[in-house]
Amino acid sequence: MKLDFLSFDFDKFASEMQNLKTAKGFDYLITIVGEDFGAEEGLGCVYILENTNTHERCSVKMLAKSQVCGDGMSSNGTGDTDGQMMSYIPTVSHIWRVAELLEREVYDFYGIVFLGHPDMRRLFLRTDFKGYPFRKDWKFDDSYTLEDDVEPDYGLEFYLDKDGNLQSKQNKLFTQDDYVINIGPQHPATHGVLRLQTVLDGETVKRIYPHFGYIHRGIEKMWEQMTYPQTLALTDRLNYLGAMQHRHALVGVIEEAMGVELTDRIKYIRTIMDELQRLDSHLLFTSCVAQDLGALTAFLYGMRDREHVLNCMEETTGGRLIQNYYRIGGLQDDIDPNFVKNVKDLVKYLRPMIQEYMDVFGDNVITHNRLENCGPMSLEDCISYAVTGPAGRASGWKNDVRKNHPYDLYDKVEWEQCTLDTCDSMGRYLVHINEMYQSLRIIEQLIDNIPEGDFYVKQKPIIKVPEGQWYYAVEGVAGEFGVYLDSRGDKSPYRMKMRPMGLSLVGAFDPMLRGQKIADLIATCAAIDVVIPDIDR
Amino acid sequence: MEIKPKIKSIPYNEWNDNESLEKIVDELHEGGVNVVTGTLDQLINWGRSNSLWSLTFATSCCGIEFMACGCSRYDFARFGFEVTRNSPRQADLIMCAGTITHKMAPALKRLYDQMAEPKYVVAVGGCAISGGPFKSSYHVVKGIEEIVPVDVFVPGCPPRPEAIMYGMMQLQRKVKVEKFFGGANHKQTREEAALGVSNEELTFREKLGDNRRNPIVVTDVPQEFVDEMKAAQTAAKAKEENA
Repeated sequence: MKLDFLSFDFDKFASEMQNLKTAKGFDYLITIVGEDFGAEEGLGCVYILENTNTHERCSVKMLAKSQVCGDGMSSNGTGDTDGQMMSYIPTVSHIWRVAELLEREVYDFYGIVFLGHPDMRRLFLRTDFKGYPFRKDWKFDDSYTLEDDVEPDYGLEFYLDKDGNLQSKQNKLFTQDDYVINIGPQHPATHGVLRLQTVLDGETVKRIYPHFGYIHRGIEKMWEQMTYPQTLALTDRLNYLGAMQHRHALVGVIEEAMGVELTDRIKYIRTIMDELQRLDSHLLFTSCVAQDLGALTAFLYGMRDREHVLNCMEETTGGRLIQNYYRIGGLQDDIDPNFVKNVKDLVKYLRPMIQEYMDVFGDNVITHNRLENCGPMSLEDCISYAVTGPAGRASGWKNDVRKNHPYDLYDKVEWEQCTLDTCDSMGRYLVHINEMYQSLRIIEQLIDNIPEGDFYVKQKPIIKVPEGQWYYAVEGVAGEFGVYLDSRGDKSPYRMKMRPMGLSLVGAFDPMLRGQKIADLIATCAAIDVVIPDIDR
Repeated sequence: MEIKPKIKSIPYNEWNDNESLEKIVDELHEGGVNVVTGTLDQLINWGRSNSLWSLTFATSCCGIEFMACGCSRYDFARFGFEVTRNSPRQADLIMCAGTITHKMAPALKRLYDQMAEPKYVVAVGGCAISGGPFKSSYHVVKGIEEIVPVDVFVPGCPPRPEAIMYGMMQLQRKVKVEKFFGGANHKQTREEAALGVSNEELTFREKLGDNRRNPIVVTDVPQEFVDEMKAAQTAAKAKEENA
């Protein structure tokens, strides 16, 4: 989607954004892109929004204002930011709740503060990190320390006082009597290096503060120094279980910007590969839910069958986990001669096996008791917190990008969007199971009809993308995965940003789990399918 | 006494990097190996090498391949690696599978410090070895050897399960040529273990100004104390003489 930015007056920004949501129905905030627009325009943000009924999308561009922060008089803080030049934009976190984390991300990378946001802390980097790495004038520095980070127990809130001066005050994260435990960063149940700072009252969860960045690799910053073909290699290493989809979104946005027309053969193969990858990821997901709840047998069954899926992809792509298969203008190579037969065998084999997982684990009464009413979240909250993917569909939100914004062949094949209205972890598990059947269905329809043609549309040796901004989204394995591209006509991107699938999912842990038991945190975390390198990027 | 690490079904000459292992064996043979302790060593090392418990420290992609190693097709229980521990206190080795970022580095160091000797580190994948594809990033440690000593490197991005198992068997061979009684070939020196400062202490000292945890090292005896002792001795002597 080529982006045409709406723009608003700085003073009216908050009310106009509210208006976009209430009057025009743009109730789903897809992402906020922080950007250093250059010397003339300075820092700013791009907001990408969707109307969940009509699936219309729009984008808003907002430039930040700057002034010197506080004189220290009305600030009750220690004066961390007093006297510094700060850029600021009014917050939208009260309109779309997902903005709470997204704005912190922008603050972390660009140092833009959001007026009225209650908790302006860094999201990914250490609190003692110097500077804001994504600004164009940031001086590269990769020194590090082995000392522990001393984290503040407060978040800063910025506001304009009655004279129009920027001020900050501290909001305490927890009180003296709160019992706080850290789950992670090295914990087997968080599926990676996620840290959940959990405030407890006995066994009951009072509040969860997620901490990210333990696997933040700065991919988006690295991209700015790379040529377009070079950027491709890194996407596979985000959510390594959704390697194909991630790369699909990246090549998708570049191809759209360049206006590349793909052959049908490429579209067929990409669709099949995406669905194979989805099977791979969902198999691992259903296995890991079982393992996290203590059912080791179901785990081994799922992993056994996952190897068959990997075999199918490996023969063509050469990689087991990370395939590096798509490239700008097509595919790395044609499919293997045995591919069609292998995939057909796989489909035949897998269909009864999915029922077996249900017999072994999914239909078990213990599983039902454990997962039902665990981590509930209503439809309205799901949209406000941007809980996309199977987790959102379990609350009845029809958010599948493959249906709403069809790409490749998804509008040509017959398949159903799986939604449930249980709003809990059991529903999330079942949506994954149903989606595996749908993936098999899509593959079955396509595998016999792969047309002849080229697997690669030849591109120039040096790829340059025309000026402009684009956003392209695919349905990743755990939600919408999109890539925003701002090109200035160079051979490397000016700014590229991903919409990770997991960030908003983890942001939703807090409202899901308040008042629930701490043991439910593990079950909810297992059933929501987060992969941390995807969040941290 | 000749010590040679044997792994069933793979002949010695087919292994990679026999040279560094032979160097360790030569060091071990320096001054000779006592027959009794040598035999006991072999017995204990046989047991240790076949029950290597790893700390699950999977930060990214390589962790999934490590999981695949433990599952149906590859099943590394055949070699005795299947017990993974979530606590560093109970683990023999860190299986460092994935990128280590600047924010994670103190955690890795602390986990390593918390492990009991003898301990080993296996660096799995390009990121753990050198930063891999993320070498030019501002937030990635360029190889974990900057932080902890590494025993085995397993290259790949990510390495196949076969490669991970090969790496683990290399570690087995290394364990087999170790002198368990007396000096061991550990990379962490005795001084470092006794007086080494953990990152926790560094934080206390440099950030919070708390020096209570400084090691107390006595280098010389204060002159006052010597004088006092001398006075006491002469007094005691005088008392004896008087008696």
